[in-house]
This record gives sequence, structure tokens and C-alpha cells, in this order.
Amino acid sequence: MNFSLKKAWTVASRDFRSYFTSPIAYIVIAGFLVIMGWMFFFNLSHFSLQNMQYKQYGMGKGMSITEGILRPLYGNMNVIFLFLVPFITMRLFAEERKMQTLQLLMTSPITLTEIIIGKFLSAFLLVLTMLGLTGIYPVILILCGNPDAGTLVANYTGTLLLASCYISIGVLFSAMTENQIVAGALTFAAGLFLWLINWASQSAGTFWADFLDYLSLIQHYNNFSQGIIDTTDVIFYFSFIGLGLFFTHRVLDSYRWR
Amino acid sequence: MIEVSGLTKFYGPRTAVSNLSFTVNTGEVVGFLGPNGAGKSTTMKILTGFMPASTGSVKVNGFDVFDHPIEVKRSVGYLPENPPVYMEMVVEDYLRFAARLHDVPKAKMKQAVDSAIERTGLSQVRKRIIGNLSKGYRQRVGLAQALVHDPKVLILDEPTVGLDPVQIIEIRELIKSLAGQHTVILSSHILPEVTATCQRIIVINRGQIVAQDSIERLTTRMRQGLVFQMDVKNPNERGIGAMKAIAGVKDIQVAGSRLQIEILPEQAELRDRIVEAAVRENMGVLEFSAEKLSLEEVFLQLTTQEHTV
Repeated sequence: MNFSLKKAWTVASRDFRSYFTSPIAYIVIAGFLVIMGWMFFFNLSHFSLQNMQYKQYGMGKGMSITEGILRPLYGNMNVIFLFLVPFITMRLFAEERKMQTLQLLMTSPITLTEIIIGKFLSAFLLVLTMLGLTGIYPVILILCGNPDAGTLVANYTGTLLLASCYISIGVLFSAMTENQIVAGALTFAAGLFLWLINWASQSAGTFWADFLDYLSLIQHYNNFSQGIIDTTDVIFYFSFIGLGLFFTHRVLDSYRWR
Repeated sequence: MIEVSGLTKFYGPRTAVSNLSFTVNTGEVVGFLGPNGAGKSTTMKILTGFMPASTGSVKVNGFDVFDHPIEVKRSVGYLPENPPVYMEMVVEDYLRFAARLHDVPKAKMKQAVDSAIERTGLSQVRKRIIGNLSKGYRQRVGLAQALVHDPKVLILDEPTVGLDPVQIIEIRELIKSLAGQHTVILSSHILPEVTATCQRIIVINRGQIVAQDSIERLTTRMRQGLVFQMDVKNPNERGIGAMKAIAGVKDIQVAGSRLQIEILPEQAELRDRIVEAAVRENMGVLEFSAEKLSLEEVFLQLTTQEHTV
């Protein structure tokens, strides 16, 4: 099958723009920035207070910026994406199915793969925009401190990959139903479950413990948060995204055959 | 231009369309006629490649829909039952999007969009948001979307639904003007619509073709015999009895001085013998005429015949 990025882009750009012609993008971005700003402010003030106390009482070196600010900040950002991505993805296919606009796409000379990639890209771009807006925090940190650039890059990479996994789940559930609320709720539930799935590993045998740890979305983030970009994790995230989009293809294709 | 053979579609255990075969030539405007649920929309969805057929083959513009969906979709403009419009988009932007989806090159984009807007009479609303437009205008935006890439084949599923009478006439004129350069299939359950726009009709009922012909031939074919009317001066039992005795006469109903004579369709040439009998019995024939069937009645006959089988 020949894939044309231009075609996928036609879909992606329309969807990306429609985020901004509806209130969704503004609400999601504003909510995200308020919460992130709040967290950053308290992380920062708590961190400087602690460091001051360490120095005052001569307790040696305090926490590094990586430990004190970056890890909690980007860790929390992941949780917020878990909540927000369902709102971003829920409409992608569900609305098209409900409004019957999917018929336009499916009777146009564009392949299903191009449509799905386009949808994924539109949500990805919105997440990228949100991440870009948080770029102010590293700038502040660099201006008044000395954060580790590698850790920053790794955290952004990991967050983007993790959020893309949520998008992939979201695209899948959105293709499964005409009801946006259902799509959103299922996306959130599935995302959370895949996050917590390794809780069971403590009581499981060695094989299952490893297996469940491997499946857990957040487990693969640990390395990123410490500034390590491990190909194992990158490959895991990429396969996860690919699998989600593959299932979406199957779901939409079967919808034609019914 | 369009060749359909042995087309069958099952929805689970239900047969939506069974063994349809027909061809549509280049430049023809063909009407798909049938009651609701007859399988019109299903057939159209298969023609556009939205849905695969269970068995049978469909060729559009020389390409098989199943094997070369992209080529087929490039040459087809489709207006589904509900216009597939994005409510939050501006008319112009939406048409540009539809054109890009259909591979209209950048250089021709402006011209394609402008001409679609002009042909469907959307000039006044081109900068408005589709969600704020009336149903009729949305329908026209849907039609403009089907036209924007100047497709060889147009498939229109109930194109005038929701329009006011003036708009209906405009759209019919538009469809008529497409004949010749475009091949058009449109579906409808409204007969005057088909009479007004199509050269040929295909009547489907319960997923099967019950008739396909030009409109004139279809009405004359059905008008042959069946019911005749006779006005007489002096209706009498003997005369009526004599007429009833003629083989091929199915029934005679008497209402005052007017007789309704029903004959088996293949016995239409009995007319002179009936009149002869009336004259012989001194009934005083004033008028004898075939009851004219409108397309509505033809349609009803065709679609209800199926029930009795």
C-alpha cells in the first residue's frame, strides 16, 4: 500500500484547526497551563526553601534541580496528560461517525491508514503545542539555576511518547463508538489501567512480574525521568502506538463490512 | 460508465440487495426509484466504494470498485443521505478540504471551489459557518462537495430532501445541466422528481429491480389495457353479462352509467370486442378510454405486485 503523508496531512490539518474552532483546545490548554503553572510554582518555592534550610543548618548539599524539580514536575505532567488526552481524542472518530462525515473520508481517494495517521497527527500536534508552552519552565530554571539539559530532553521525549500512547488508545476507542463520552471514559480507564497494571507484579511469580512491569506504561517512563533514553523504552512506546493504530484500522475496516 | 452485475448485499441474515444488474452509459441521468428501505442507499454506498458488496461486481469508469477503490473514488462525487458536512467549518474552507481530499491540484483549487459555489448557488453564504445554515443550504453544500472535483460520475442520494420548492427546482435544473458531461445516478422516492430530471429510471423494491426503462415507455407499458372506462347511455345487465363473457376480461364494476372494465394486461387487444358487445346490446356507448396511469400508479403497481408473489 502506498502511503501519502500529504493526504494524511490534509486530514490532520483540518482536525487540528477544528480543535481551535471549538472550545476544546482552549479549555484543555488553559486547564493544563494553570495546573502546570501551579505545580511548577510550588515545586520551585518548596525546592528553594529546602535548599536554603540545608545550607542554613550545614546539612551539606541539598537536592539537585533534577531530583527536586524536574522529576516531580514532569512526573505530574504525565498524570495530567492521562486526564486530558481523552478530551482531546474522544471526538476524532466518534464525532465523524455520529455526524456521518466519515462517509466523506471513506468515499474519497484516501486510504484508511492515511485517515488514521492524520487523526493521530492532529492530536499529537495539540499535545506538542501544550508541551511547547511549558518550555517557559526550563527557561526560568536555566536563568536562575543550572538544570541538566540531558534530563530535560529525556523528560520531554518520554512525556511526548507517553502522551502519544494515550492518543493511540484514544484514537482506538473513538473509532469504536459514536458516543464521545463513552470514547473518552474508556480511554481514561484503559490508560489508567495500563499504568497500574504492574501493581499485581508484587504478588506474581517472576515471569509474570516482569511481564506486567513490561506492560505498564509508566514503568517505561522511569528511565526517561532520570535522564536516560533507553531504546527498549522507545521501542515499547512505538510498538504500543503502532498496535493501537493497527487495531483502529481493523475496527474501522470492519465497520464497513457490517 | 457504470456496470453492475449480480450485486448482492447481506446485512447479517437480511438481504438488502439481491442480484442487481444494470449499466449506466456515459452522460446519462438515471433515477433510482423505490420505497423507503428498498435498497437504494445500500446500492449507492457500494457504488461509491464505501461498503463492499457480498457478491457481484461493480465497475465504475472501467475500474472495479473492490480492486481499485482509490481510482473509483477519484472519479466519483457522492452526496450521501445526510450531507457529510462539518458543522464548525466555513463553507469555503469545507469545499477546499473536500477538493484536497479528491486530489484537486493547488493551481486549480480556487477555480474548482468557486465554480462549485456558483453552480449550487452558495455565493451569499460562502463565508458562513455551515452549522449556522438552514437544512436546505447544508444540502447544497453537500452537493457542492460532490461537484467540487468535477467528477465523471455523480451519485446523489435523495439530493432534494429538505429543500424548499424554489430550491428543488434549482437543483433539478442543475442536475439536468449535468447530463451529457457527467454520468448521474440519483435516488428518490418522489416520482415527479425522477420524471423531471432523469432520462431513465430503475425501479427497485425489496432489493430487486422490478423495472428499468425510459419514463415514457414505462408508463405506456403499464397503461396497456388493465383498466378502461366506458360511459354509456343505457347500462343493462345483458350487455354487462356479454362483456364479462369475453375471455380475458377480469372484472367489471358499474357505477351509475360508468363502467370500469379491468382486463388482463396481455389481453389489451380485446378492446374492439368489448365495444362491439356494448353496441350489440344497445348500451349507447358515449365514451371509451384507457384509464391513464400516472407514474405514481405505475410505481405502486410495480412495487405492490411484488407483495402478491
